[in-house]
Amino acid sequence: MKQSETLLSVEDVKVYFKYAGGGLFSQSEPQYIKAVDGISFDIKRGETLGIVGESGCGKSTLARAVIRMVPIHAGRVLWMGQDLVSLSTDDMRGKRKDLQMIFQDPLASLNPRMTLGQIISEPLKTHFPKMPKTEMRERVAKVMARVGLLPNMVNRYPHEFSGGQCQRIGIARALILEPKLIICDEPVSALDVSIQAQVINLLMDIQKEMNLSLMFIAHDLSVVQHISTRVMVLYLGNVVEIADADDLYENPSHPYTRALIAAVPDVDRPAPADRENMMIDGELPSPLSPPSGCPFRTRCPKAQAICTEEKPPLLEPAAGHSVACHFHTVAQVG
Amino acid sequence: MTNVSMTNSTDTQGDVANTKGRSLWQDARRRFLQNRAAVVSLIVLMGVCLIALFGPLLAAWDNETVDWNVLGDIATLGAPSLSNGHYFGTDELGRDLYSRVVQGTQVSLMVGIVGSTIAVILGTLYGATAGYVGGKTDNIMMRIVDILMSIPYMFVLILLLVVFGRSMWLLFVGVGMISWLEMSRIVRGQTLTLKSKEYVDAALSIGVKHHVIVLRHIIPNLLGVIVIYATLLVPQMILTESFISFLGLGVQEPNTSWGALISEGASTLQYGTYWQLLFPLAFFVITLFCFFFIGDGLRDALDPKDR
Amino acid sequence: MSLLEVKNLEVSFHTPDGNVGAVQDVSFSLEQGKTLAIVGESGSGKSQTAFSIMGLLAKNGTSKGSVKFDGTEILNVSEKELNTYRATQIGMIFQDPMTSLNPFVRVSDQMAEVLVRHKGMSKSDAIKDCIKMLDAVKIPDAKRRIRMYPHEFSGGMRQRVMIAMALLCHPRLIIADEPTTALDVTVQAQIMDLMGQLQSDFGMGIILITHDLGVVAGSCEDTLVLYGGRVMETGPTQQLFSEPTHPYTRGLLRAVPRLGTKHAQLATIPGNPPNMLQPPVGCAFSPRCDFATDRCKTFKPILTKFAQDRSRACHLQQEELV
Repeated sequence: MKQSETLLSVEDVKVYFKYAGGGLFSQSEPQYIKAVDGISFDIKRGETLGIVGESGCGKSTLARAVIRMVPIHAGRVLWMGQDLVSLSTDDMRGKRKDLQMIFQDPLASLNPRMTLGQIISEPLKTHFPKMPKTEMRERVAKVMARVGLLPNMVNRYPHEFSGGQCQRIGIARALILEPKLIICDEPVSALDVSIQAQVINLLMDIQKEMNLSLMFIAHDLSVVQHISTRVMVLYLGNVVEIADADDLYENPSHPYTRALIAAVPDVDRPAPADRENMMIDGELPSPLSPPSGCPFRTRCPKAQAICTEEKPPLLEPAAGHSVACHFHTVAQVG
Repeated sequence: MTNVSMTNSTDTQGDVANTKGRSLWQDARRRFLQNRAAVVSLIVLMGVCLIALFGPLLAAWDNETVDWNVLGDIATLGAPSLSNGHYFGTDELGRDLYSRVVQGTQVSLMVGIVGSTIAVILGTLYGATAGYVGGKTDNIMMRIVDILMSIPYMFVLILLLVVFGRSMWLLFVGVGMISWLEMSRIVRGQTLTLKSKEYVDAALSIGVKHHVIVLRHIIPNLLGVIVIYATLLVPQMILTESFISFLGLGVQEPNTSWGALISEGASTLQYGTYWQLLFPLAFFVITLFCFFFIGDGLRDALDPKDR
Repeated sequence: MSLLEVKNLEVSFHTPDGNVGAVQDVSFSLEQGKTLAIVGESGSGKSQTAFSIMGLLAKNGTSKGSVKFDGTEILNVSEKELNTYRATQIGMIFQDPMTSLNPFVRVSDQMAEVLVRHKGMSKSDAIKDCIKMLDAVKIPDAKRRIRMYPHEFSGGMRQRVMIAMALLCHPRLIIADEPTTALDVTVQAQIMDLMGQLQSDFGMGIILITHDLGVVAGSCEDTLVLYGGRVMETGPTQQLFSEPTHPYTRGLLRAVPRLGTKHAQLATIPGNPPNMLQPPVGCAFSPRCDFATDRCKTFKPILTKFAQDRSRACHLQQEELV
C-alpha cells in the first residue's frame, strides 16, 4: 500500500448554525454562528493529523461534519476521491464502515443498558446483519484481546469498568470493522495521566499495525504533538497554522500557536524566561460576533491596523508549513 | 507491548468469578428490595390482586343474588358475619358485599392497568418519536398534545358516556386516550436529553438506522422513567374511574367498581351500614398507597442520583 | 506554629455496597504564605481531603483524626463554629465556578452578601470592597461588570470572580480544588499566574488540589502525592519531581507526554486505579507496581522520613528502584 495515498480531503468546509431569524414568521435574515469557517486539509493513509484548539474553536464540529453528523453549509469532503456531502443517506451509511469515531467521555459513549459484547458487536450487526453468531463472537473476542480487555468481561456492563477500560471498549467498537480512518474526538481528555498514556500507546500501536489514519482532536498540545505526524491549529473556526508536528513545535509561526506552546505547563523545568512575552491575555471572543479581519487580533500581542481590516489568508511560505498571519515568521526554505 | 500485558486490577482482586456482570436492572432490584415500605406495599398489592383473581372461589354468595333473609333489617342482619357467609356484610339490597368488592376490585384494577398500558405504549412511541426526530415534526406533534390536553377531558368523557350509554369498553378507551398525553410529554423530554448522549452519537457514527437507535438505545434507557410513571398512573386511572362511577356514569349494574361501591356506601351511611363504605374504601386507599409507595421505591431504585 | 496541621486524617463513606475508606492516615502541614499541592488521580481521595477539612463531606461520610487551623481543632466541630472559619479564615475555590454561583443573583449581591454577613459591613461599603477585589483579580471594567449575572461572564472570568469571592475576607488559607481543570490552557496559565501574584500580595497559604503535574511544577513549593487514599510521597516540589523516590510518582512523571519529544512510546503505569470498595490488602499501588514483592502485597508500607522534608511510603529501598 502506498504511504502517500490521500484518504480524506476536506475542501473549504463551512459549518454554520442558525441562531436567530429566518424562522417561519420572522422578517429578519437568518443569523449564523460560523462554527467552522472554511477549513481545508488532507489526511493520507497511515498518518495522524492532530487538531488542537481551545473549546469553542470548532474542532469537534469539524470532526462531526466530516462524517456528516452535522450538516455542512458549503464545501466538499472527498473520501478516496468521492464527495461524501452529495451521497444519499444509505450510501453514506455504507461508507461509515471505513470511517469510525472515538468519543471524549468514555462512559457516556457506551449505552448503559448494553453489555460489553453487545456494544462491541453493534457495528458488525449493523453492517453485516447476516454474519453468523459464532463468527461475530470470534471477532469480538479478537478485538477485545487486541485492546487489552479480558474475555470474561464480555457480559459485563459499562458502569462496572473504570474510565480507561471504557475507552478501550470504545476503541474496540471503532476497530471491529477494520476501518481506514478513525476520528478521535478528545479521546484522552477525561482520563487520568497514567491511563492516558496507556490509551495513547494503544492507539499508536494499532495505527502502525493496521496502517490506520487518525484524526486526533485534543485541547492538549503536548498530547497531540506526541501522537501526530502533522498538526493543525484552529482558532474560532479557522485554521491558523498547519505543519509537521516537530516543525510546529520548533518553529511555531503564528502568535496563537506560540501562546499555546507557552501555556503548556512543563513538568521538567520551570517556565522559560520569555514565557511572559508569549502568553496571551483574554479569552476566546464570542462566535456570535467574531472580530473583523484576523479572528485572533483581539488577543494578539502583535496586532497592527491591517489585522483589523483584512483576514490573513492561509499561506504556505515553506513546504508543508502553512500559516494564516500577516506577520508570520516561517523561514523561507531556499 | 505494555498494552497486551495489561491486566485489570479490579479483576485480579476477587471478582473474577463474577463474569456475568450486574446490569443496571439488577442494581435497581437490589436497591428496591432494601426499601421496606416499597416491598411491603408490593406484597400487599399482590395480596389485593390475588383476592381479585381467586376471591370468587371463597365467596359463599355471588354478587347478584339477593339474600332475602337479611333484606328486612340490613342494619343489623346485614352486618359482616362469618356464619351467614357475608364476610363483609351486605349492601342495602341484601347482595353480598364481599363478592361485590371482589368484583369491583377486578374492574378497578383492570381500568388502572388497561389505562396505563395504553398510556405506556402510545405515550412512549409518540413521545420518543417526537423527541428523537425533533425540529418541525416535534413541534407539530407536541402542539397536538397541547391541544388535546387543553380539552376538559372529564367533561368529554362524561358526555361520551351519556351519549353512547354506559359501557365498560368506552370507559377503558376514554381513560386510556387521556392518559397517554402526559406520558408522551415526559417521554419526549427524556428523549431530548438522551438524544444528546454520546452513545447515540456513537450509534449514528457507526451507521445504525434511526428506528433501531430509538428501539435499541433510546427506549431501553427510558424504561426506568416509564415504569415509575406507569406505577403512578395506575392509581390516577383508578381515581378517574372512581370519580366517573361516583357520578353514576361508570360501570353498569350488576357490575360495580370501587368508585361505585364507595358512592353507595357514602349514601347509605346514615342508616348505620358503615361496612358498606368501610370495605371498598379500605381496598381503595390501601391499593392507592401501595402504588404510590412502589412508584416511590422504583424512583429511588432506578434513579439513585436523585436522592 | 503551622497555619494548618493535619494529622492522621481518615475519611470514610458508608455506601450500600460497603464502607469506602476514601482517605487513610493522611498528615501534612502548611505554613503561612506557602503553597502545598495535593496530587492524585481520580479516586485518590484528594478532593475528599479538602472537603473534610472544610466540613463539607457528603452526609454518608465521616472523618477522624485532627485538623488544626492556627492551633485550634476544626475537624468535626459544630457547623456554627466552622462557619466562623469558613469564608473569614479559609476560602475555597471549586472546579466549576458555575455550580457555586447562583445564576439568578447579580455578582454584586452575591459578593456583598459575604461581607455583610461576616464583617457586618453596610451594603454600599461592601460593594466598594468587592469592586476593589475584582480589580485585584484583573477583571477589566469591574465597576460595570459587578452588576452582571454569572452567566454573562466567560469561564475564565467566572473563575476570577470565584477567586475574588474567596479572597473577600482576606482569609489566611485558600483551598483550591482543581481550579483550572474546566478551563482552556491559555486561560489556565492566566489563572495560575494570578493566584501566584495574589499570594505574594495577600500572603495566604494555598492548598492546590489537582491531577495535573504540570500545574504543580510551576506553582507549588511542596507536593503531596496521594494514591488510593494514602500518601505515597511528599517533599519539596522541585526535589520530588527531579528525583521521585516512589514507583508511583516516577511512573506518573514518565507518563506525561512532553512537548518536543519524538513519537516514542510513552512509559505507562499498567492497570487501573484501585476499586476502593475492595482495596488491595498491602500497598495500594502494589497491583500496578513493577517492583512489587510479596511483602508489598501483604503489608502496607509506612510513610517514613528519609531526608530533610521528604517522606515516602514504600517497602523498597530507594536504591532498589532502578
